[in-house]
Order: sequence, then C-alpha cells, then structure tokens
Amino acid sequence: MARRKMFDIWSVLYVAIFAAYAIFLLYPMYSILRNSVIGEDGRLTLQWFVKFFSAKYYSQTLIHSFNVTIWTTILTLIIGVPLAYFYNMYEIKGKAFIQVLIILCSMSAPFIGAYAWIQLLGRMGVVTVFIRNLTGLTIPNIYGFNGILLVLTLQLFPLVFLYVSGALKNIDNSLLEASDNLGCTGVKRFFKVVVPLCMPTILAASLLVFMRAFADFGTPLLIGEGYRVFPVEIYTQFLGETGTDYSFAAAISVIAILITAAFFMVQRALSKRFAFTMNALHPIERKPAKGMFKVLIHFYTYFVVGLAFLPQLYIVYQSFQNTSGKLFKEGYSFSSYTTSIKRMSDAIPNTFIIGGIALVAVVLIAIVIAYLVVRRSNVVTTAIDTMSMLPYIIPGSVVGIALVMAFNKKPLVLTGTVAIMVIALCIRRLPYTIRSSVAILQQIPITIEEAAISLGASKMKTFFRITVPMMSNGIISGAIISWVTIITELSTAIILYNSKTITLTLAIYTFVTRGNYGYAAALATVLTALTIVSLMVFMKFSKSKEITF
Amino acid sequence: MSVNIKIKNAVKRYGQSTIISDLSLEIKEGEFFTLLGPSGCGKTTLLRMIAGFNTIEGGDFYFNDKRINLLDPAKRNIGMVFQNYAIFPHLSVRQNVAFGLKNRKFPRDRIEAETQKFLELMKIDQYKDRMPEKLSGGQQQRVALARALVIQPDVLLMDEPLSNLDAKLRVEMRFAIKEIQNRVGITTVYVTHDQEEAMAISDRIAVMKDGVIQHIGKPKDLYQRPANLFVSTFIGRTNLLEAKLVVEAGRARLAFPGGFELAMENVRDECRKSQDVIVSIRPEEFVIADGSGAGLKTIVDSSVFLGLNTHYFVHLETGQQLEIIQESKIDEIIPNLSGIALSVKSEKINVFTADGSVNILKGVSDDKTAVGEV
Repeated sequence: MARRKMFDIWSVLYVAIFAAYAIFLLYPMYSILRNSVIGEDGRLTLQWFVKFFSAKYYSQTLIHSFNVTIWTTILTLIIGVPLAYFYNMYEIKGKAFIQVLIILCSMSAPFIGAYAWIQLLGRMGVVTVFIRNLTGLTIPNIYGFNGILLVLTLQLFPLVFLYVSGALKNIDNSLLEASDNLGCTGVKRFFKVVVPLCMPTILAASLLVFMRAFADFGTPLLIGEGYRVFPVEIYTQFLGETGTDYSFAAAISVIAILITAAFFMVQRALSKRFAFTMNALHPIERKPAKGMFKVLIHFYTYFVVGLAFLPQLYIVYQSFQNTSGKLFKEGYSFSSYTTSIKRMSDAIPNTFIIGGIALVAVVLIAIVIAYLVVRRSNVVTTAIDTMSMLPYIIPGSVVGIALVMAFNKKPLVLTGTVAIMVIALCIRRLPYTIRSSVAILQQIPITIEEAAISLGASKMKTFFRITVPMMSNGIISGAIISWVTIITELSTAIILYNSKTITLTLAIYTFVTRGNYGYAAALATVLTALTIVSLMVFMKFSKSKEITF
Repeated sequence: MSVNIKIKNAVKRYGQSTIISDLSLEIKEGEFFTLLGPSGCGKTTLLRMIAGFNTIEGGDFYFNDKRINLLDPAKRNIGMVFQNYAIFPHLSVRQNVAFGLKNRKFPRDRIEAETQKFLELMKIDQYKDRMPEKLSGGQQQRVALARALVIQPDVLLMDEPLSNLDAKLRVEMRFAIKEIQNRVGITTVYVTHDQEEAMAISDRIAVMKDGVIQHIGKPKDLYQRPANLFVSTFIGRTNLLEAKLVVEAGRARLAFPGGFELAMENVRDECRKSQDVIVSIRPEEFVIADGSGAGLKTIVDSSVFLGLNTHYFVHLETGQQLEIIQESKIDEIIPNLSGIALSVKSEKINVFTADGSVNILKGVSDDKTAVGEV
C-alpha cells in the first residue's frame, strides 16, 4: 500500500519535471533552431548561416572569440596552476586572507572588472594620466584584444586556482615523497608528477574557463571597442541599434552552441583518458620555503592576487568620491550610495525577490532530480539528467534569446515578467547545483536509508528526516555559491529584463553604460558586500570549505 | 518474540542475469545462522531479500507462518546491522538508538528507558550524547547493534558487520555479538565471507556458491565432513590429491599414484565401487612416518616454525606441492631436501567423486537435503 502511494508521488514529480524542461528548455531551444533555418518566406533555408560565414565582418567575430578564449585559457593556466601549487605546498603568510581575496575575485561580475580597468588604464584612467604626467609616455592601449584578455584572465584564473587546489588536496603526500626518493624533485617533479596527477582537474578547469570566456559579453562590450566577438554579435543582432534580426541572431546562437558542444565533447574524451581516482590518506603538508625562493613565491602570490583585486578596491574607493554629474570631484561622502539607490530603488528588492525565488526553486528541483537520478535511476531520470545538463554548454545570452523567442507570443507570454527571469536563472544554474547534489547524495550510502526504513520509518519520512538532513550541509554551501552566481548574472538577464525587473547587477551595468561611474561604483560595492556576507555564511556551513562552480 | 524463517524456492534476478535460481532454507527460532561464501555468491542478496530491500522474483519467504514476500520492509520488524554500520551521522548516539522506537510511537518515558537499557547492555552508555563521527569503529558497531536490538525485532540481520574492524577488535566483537545474541535469544541471520568468523560465532552455517547452497550444518560438520569439494576447500585449508578408489571383495582402499595404498572403512555403501576420486587431506591430517616406512614419498622444500605448530612444505614425485602441519617437536626441524614418507589419519580425511560434487564417506550431516519438504 505505502509503496504504491510513494510510487505515485515520484511519478508525478517525474512528469512535472520532465514537462517543465520540455516547456522551458527544449521548446525555446527548438524555437531558436527553427528561427535559424526558416527564411522570411517561411521556407527552410541556410541563408543566415551562409550570410555569417560569407561576410568577413561577421565571421571574423568567431576568430576573435577563439583568440580571446584560447589565450585566456592558456594564461589562466599559466597563472593559476603555479599559484595553486605554491599556495598548497608552501607556507605563505596571510594565506587565509589570500584565499578569500581570490574567491572574491572569481565571484564579481566580469564587466565590473572591465570598467574598473578602464578607470585605471583607459584613455583617461588614473594610472595612464599619472604616468603620462610623470614621464610623458603613453602606456599601451588597453582597449580591444589586450584589455579583454587582461580582464578575463584576472577574472578567471581564480577558477583554475580553486580547482587545482582541490586536486592537490587529494594527492597523497607519499606520492611526492616517492618521487623525491626516486630522484625526481623540484621543477621536474612539478611537471612529471604533480601536473599529470592534477590533469583531470586541469582539464575540467580549462573547460570551465573556456566556456566562461567564450560566453562572456559584458567585458568585450565595454572594453573591446572595435574588437568584435561572438557573444556581442549575437546581442547586437538581437537587440542592437541597427535593427533587430531574430533569425540571424538565432543562427549565430546555433553556431555558438555547436562550438561549445564540440569543446565539451573534446574535454570529456580527454578527461576519460586521464581519469583516475585518488584519495589522500596523508594530505600534502605545507612546508616553509627558504631563501630566494621564499621571496619569489611570496612576491608572485601577492602580485597576482593584488592585481586581480585592485579593480574591486578601486571601485570601493570610487564609490565614496563625490560626483558632479558624470564627473568625480574633490571630497568624499555617501552621496553616490544615496543617489544610486534612490534612482534604482527597485534594484535591491528585485535582486532579493528574483534571486531568492530562483535560489529556492533551484535547490528544491536539484534535490529532487538528484534523488531521482541517484536512487531511482531509470530511462526517464536519465533523460531528465541529460536535459538538465544542456544549459551547461549554452551561452547565457543564447538562453535569454531562446526564452524571448519562445515566450514573446501566445499562448504563453512571459517576456518582461519576474517569472521569465526566475526561469532563466533556474535553467542556467541547475546543471551546477544538480551535479553537486548528485555528488553529495552518492556519498551517502543507501544503507543509511535502508536502516531508517528497517527501523520503521516510512519512505517519505526517511527522505525528509534522514536523507535531506544528511545532504543539508552540502546543499546549503552549494546554495550560497548559487546565490552569488545568481546575483552577479548578467548575460541572460540583460536580454530579459525591463525597468520593473532590474536587478543590482543590471543596474550597475546600466550606470556604467550611461557613464555614471560613481553610482555604478556604489552599487558594485553593495554587491561586493553582499558577496562577502554570503561567503562568510558559506564558510560557516561548509565543512570542506571547498568552492565548486 | 523470535520467529523461525522459512525460505522456499527463492529466485532472484537482476534484469537478465539470475543470481539465485532456486534456494530453500529453514532457520530455527533463536538460532544464530550464518550465510557464508565467497563474494558474489548471493549471500548478501539473500539477506536483503529477507530484509525487504531486494525484490523477490520467485518463491516464498515466511516468518513463522506469515508470508512476508510483499510486506513493506518498515513493517517486517527486523533489526538490521549494515556492513558500514549506517549510523545516522546527524543524530547523536542516543538519538540513533531511539530512532526506531520513535517511529513506533512509543511513549516518551518508555523510549528513554528502553534506549538507556540497550545503551548499557552494549556498554556505550558513556557516549550517548556524542555524535557518531567522534566514535571509534568498534563503538559505532555497538551503536548499530543497540539500534537494531532496541526495537525488539523478530529477526536480527547482520551483513558483514565486522569486516571494517581491525583484526583484534573483530575477534572481540565476535564474542560480544555472540553473547548478546545468546542473552536476547533472537533469531539471527549473519552474512560473512570469513570462514573463521563464521565458525566462531554460528550455531549453523550455510555455505553458498553461485547462488546455490552447498552445505548447511554445524561448524564441526562442515570442517570434518564437508558435503562436497568446494566446502572442503572453502572451510579451512586442505591438500587435494587425485587417487583411485579400488573395491575388491567388498573392501575399499585408496590407491595413490606412486604406489601408496590406504584402507578406507567408512565409504558409503552406495558409493562402494571402483572409481577415480579426489582426496582432501587437511595439513594436520598427515603423519610424518619414521624412516622410509609406507606412505607418500615426498621431499621437504621448506619449513616454518610457528611455535605451537611447524608447517612443512613438501612436494611429491609428481611435483605436486603439499602443506603439512605438525605439532612442534623438541627435536630438530626436518632439514630441507630431506626425503620423508607421509601416512594419513584415514578416519579424518575426506573423499569426493571425481567431479567433486559428493563426499562418498559416511557421516556427512547436511540439513540442506531436509529443507525441501518443509
């Protein structure tokens, strides 16, 4: 009897989740695909694709994007892997503080970094002007490729650092000792033993950096100027001032998905070749470094982290400067805060309402899907699992465009509502939350649930009293990371928002594009403060203190 | 209240593969019954069918006269101890033990009294407010046992409960489990792959292989008169020698290659015919004969002195290697490369048909054959 009833409850959940994914993910994806191959006359056509590849004006955005993405990935690895190695192998003074700074860097929205660097190194940037006045020299142009590369590298190397740090913690110290014992030490050991051991993680981190760099459009939009990249092109075709072209935007979106999908496959195939499991019985212990080497690694660590954190610091400083219109003037006050919050009075409540609803939805759905996938694996759950991972390879702006194309006409009009913002955030965030929930649940032996059942607890009671509480630590810490990514999300929201559903991040972006840098700085500081508070909550709840994105 | 468990013609399939094809078994009330076998033999599968965590594809499972095939696991009134203990990590020791009682909606004072009683019985009273992660493996094991027993189950099921403990603690917990089971008098089904553990703890043992019960009996029966070749090799150590059973004028004798012959008095009547056989001789069943008397001619390869016993590793003229265990003597240990003759304690050795399926000697006590008619 009881089993029958439970079966029904889960069946309802299967159907509901499956239907939700079909409506809010598959249908929009179908819309975008359909738009990309249907001509103005309603016939099947490849004209949009031909247009893209035949005009250098368009197709070079692809080459630009690859340039940016590949160089960013390489540079983040060059910076991030050694940093993680030094940080985990040697005693670095102030290491706890450094880690917090690195995490904060990774969590800010990239476009904020872009605009801060413009403030520092742009044509009228403080540093530029200072150097010019001092030496008469003009420092190299920050706009275009170099600027994008600088901002994205400093924004994304923390991901490599966090991933590789996690992998290093899983290396058993005896492996390193064995290597020393066999005569492979120092730099040789780093390349022959440490890097190969971390290879699966390095590949995973590379993919993540690649996806982020490829899909990011806030940064190139602000700092790219003439250097046009792919996501910006999608955006301008879709919402641009030169008139919108849905079909062409859809075609470019399809190309984007194909590219990211291809890289996803390549990464999967590569990681299979390097896959192995490690479990450190004796984790690596940090050793004090000696002499010149000690000075060098400290300098390297402080320099990199300082450089990455500099924009945020500068923004905080700017937020207290007095402004007059768009210009900064002498003196300090809170006036940027009061004015910006007054002007964007909806932004903060919206951030909490939209972000909050999305967060609750994401966590609940992820728990249910994880439970179905791990404990009740069947054809339907596998299908749900696969579907839920799709957004992982779809750039955020494409998700936004797809939702608009699907829901801007009857029967279901959602554009301009809170609902569509929430749906977009859920779709984008779910793959990560589901992965982490699945990982948590897989670590809970099924016998614990069986023990509860054999002691007379019903299946529902077992789920809520045993399974969920055991997952809770992991769920809460995962939820906080989701929260931070939700409130700093730009690329999807910018396509979907209107004045009523504007959030903090969007408000900052709006101020930046209007040139109200003081107000933008004030709100960005609020956002950073919010991130710091969230992080402190995370540190309290998370046992492992490991951040996964 | 304790029950007896009857299993008739049980079948377990996972998709296309059949794990258990047709298994029958009866476990007596209050008995400590062990399912013993190599990994993958289906013993845990069978235990989980009894517990209700595995579906039953065929056959009938009874607690006394009540068929339990479709009974919800929560309602079978079973105490279960898992291999990894399955202690709820977010509940304290006391809350873990009280969990089952709370589900049964007992009054609060009774829950407290019963919990306290079993905490004391398992000697974990002083840890009752600790969280499980602060406990050692042995202590967690005691919590798991207390939690399973406090609900006064009809049956106690244990799935390799000692396999995660270190050797010394394992021996200690063996006696603790046996003692508590004696005191509570509950029907217990215990799964293990460790034959020594099974021998030490069980009233009766069922040896399983590939989903089929090979032999059910008391530890002494299994060791001394194993029902087939598999049981003789799985329980304890043994040497296997090919030989011929020769029956002449109603008298049976074993003829070993190399000429050694041994009169066998206890061959079952229906098996008294000349045939190829496999002889199982345990290391302690050899007798090293003096000088060059009658026996198997062997050469000593090496020896290990272990105090109480001395092990010799020897080889026959055929090249086959044998292990011998002798009580250590005050004389010199036999040097390597010495030639020695081995005779055997003929009343102790076992003789199997050439395919190993049947022990042809008298005195095999196997309850497996008696189950069918229950």
